[in-house]
Amino acid sequence: MLPLALTVLAGPLGALALIGLVPPLRRSGRPAAFVAIAGTAVALMAAAALAAPFVTAAPPAPAAFELVWMPLGTVPAIPFGLLVDGLSASMAVLVALVALLVQVYSLAYMAGEPPSSLGRYFAYHALFAFAMLGLVLAHNLLQTYVCWELVGLGSYLLIGFWFDRPAAGRAALKAFWTTRLGDVGFALGIVVLWSAAGTFTFAELFAKASSGAIAGGALTLGMLGIYAGAMGKSAQAPLHVWLPDAMEGPTPVSALIHAATMVAAGVYLMIRVAPLLALTPAVAEAVFVIGVATALLGASMALVERDLKRILAHSTVSQLGFMMAAVGSGGAAAAYFHLLTHGFFKALLFLAAGSLIHAFHTNDIFSMGRAVRAMPVTSACFAAGALALAGILPASGFFSKDEVLAAVLAGGHPVGFAILVGTAALTAFYIGRALLIALVGAGSGASREAHDPPPAMTAPMLVLAVPALAFGIAGPTVSRLVAAPEEHAPVVVPILGTLAALGGAAAAWVAFRRGALEIRARGPLAPLIRALERRWYLDAPFEWGYRVLHAGVFRGIAWLDRYVVDGAVNALAWGTWGAAGRLRAIQNGRVQDALYAVAAGLVLLAWLAWGA
Amino acid sequence: MTAPALLLVASALFSIGLFGVLARRHAIAVLLSIELMFNAVNLAVVTVAWSRGWLAGVVLALFGIAITVAEIAVGLALVLLASRMPGRVLLDELSELDG
Repeated sequence: MLPLALTVLAGPLGALALIGLVPPLRRSGRPAAFVAIAGTAVALMAAAALAAPFVTAAPPAPAAFELVWMPLGTVPAIPFGLLVDGLSASMAVLVALVALLVQVYSLAYMAGEPPSSLGRYFAYHALFAFAMLGLVLAHNLLQTYVCWELVGLGSYLLIGFWFDRPAAGRAALKAFWTTRLGDVGFALGIVVLWSAAGTFTFAELFAKASSGAIAGGALTLGMLGIYAGAMGKSAQAPLHVWLPDAMEGPTPVSALIHAATMVAAGVYLMIRVAPLLALTPAVAEAVFVIGVATALLGASMALVERDLKRILAHSTVSQLGFMMAAVGSGGAAAAYFHLLTHGFFKALLFLAAGSLIHAFHTNDIFSMGRAVRAMPVTSACFAAGALALAGILPASGFFSKDEVLAAVLAGGHPVGFAILVGTAALTAFYIGRALLIALVGAGSGASREAHDPPPAMTAPMLVLAVPALAFGIAGPTVSRLVAAPEEHAPVVVPILGTLAALGGAAAAWVAFRRGALEIRARGPLAPLIRALERRWYLDAPFEWGYRVLHAGVFRGIAWLDRYVVDGAVNALAWGTWGAAGRLRAIQNGRVQDALYAVAAGLVLLAWLAWGA
Repeated sequence: MTAPALLLVASALFSIGLFGVLARRHAIAVLLSIELMFNAVNLAVVTVAWSRGWLAGVVLALFGIAITVAEIAVGLALVLLASRMPGRVLLDELSELDG
């Protein structure tokens, strides 16, 4: 299994090295793209081969490989290793599959880019794929953290890919800063756990925690830290503010990173450490509450958004909230199932949105319209994704959302359950609104000449549409992958879920079936709608904090660095320079001055020998 | 003359020579001063050898005189060369060694 696991990582890494280290290849554009795609394809095949044994009825035992990375003398050495179990292998398949499809899609979507930036784009993609697969396969926290930061770097580079647009640069910076805020907690959590348990390895941590070898306080603190990291990456409120802005990046990037993989990393991490979470009920409660709040918050903001990509971004925030709520109430398997289906259908929605944006040259849903007739393939794919997102039978989203709701109910959270059912209704409403306005409505763009994109773009969408619609049947398999007992939800859950979804969809139909009809900001709901449009005013504190930090603390630190740290160094240099300027007067080359020194030395020696 | 008196004369000669080396600017004067210091040392050697009855000391002094002569020949040759450059007989001006 080790060679396969290494191949998963070697594919994208090799592509990255080739594109990165051979400038002519990078500048050539499309050849670089093919190298990246080949690398990801290798990773996908290896990941599939890795995952295949785990979906059988008798899965093999998890396999861990480790090498000593940092020998530390008296304390246990820090290992570098790979963990192959049902969870990591199947997640690697999802990552590699979506990455491959998105890269193929990008071939056509990004065709207008100059060759050198195309090469750069695919180099970033290879970097991201490598980092994400490394994160998935990591067998200890430290390695996870390293890959976690690399994923953040890849995301930063790809959001800011069009760096000549100020908004893209700002969004990239905002994403980086916001996720970093959580990562500080992650780093502290790792340190706390390490100092309490003396290990970074998941398996050892689980063993020590369950045997009570880790103090309860340290465990809770460490888990809080790890959850802080997951909050940043998985856009949990209030750290969700970066995700909508991240839509400044190219749309395929949003599909890969900000829908299917990177934002799922936080949820994946929490699923990975679920055994520890089970021992820290306080943290689990926090994960649950914040998850529910995030689900509602994201869905509410998607209700009034006009930008198609941002609707999907808010929706991603909301769906991540669903997953976290499931993790927090002990339903790691349900969360993972929803992670997988969401990865498929949200990537599909983003790719379809990308081809709509490509055709209409705008992100505004009110400037699109009548795409059903002009772009049948895209419309069908978008509708499939919307069906899955809304959670309407028989699409995959129905099954996974059902499991999430069941897990929340089983975890003893009736209020959270009710909120999530309500959020499911909102979900159906906002995606129905987007679908009706963008695809059916007669917006200002409706008269324009729009058509389906080339096969390189439609093929990935069609491939993704299959699991988006049909992955629901894989529920029991997914439970087996994460070695969770299969649970049977009370029959009321799917009924309520379906009612909510259909209710939301029906409301959207009633409100928007005539197309370009907008909820007007007037009447008693006006302040609410304005708050929604301003995204609950949650961005302001972050921007204020960033500005104040920037203006105050960092300027102070910069001053300290310039005048105290650099000052000391410069003073030393100038002191040496000045002293040398004075001392060089001695070396004037006059024989007699030298002889004076000799004579003085002689006198000194004589005095030393006899005088003293 | 007794040995201490002779040694006193020798150290006086040496000091005068040292002063000349340090204070005079003309190369020939400096060479003469060096010669003075050499002779002071020779005188001291001979004095000690004579007072103790060591013949080896006198031989050493003879060698010293011979070496002094050779050294003065080299020194004069250098001064001669330096004097071919216009106005380069003063040691202050021969300061190329300062790099």
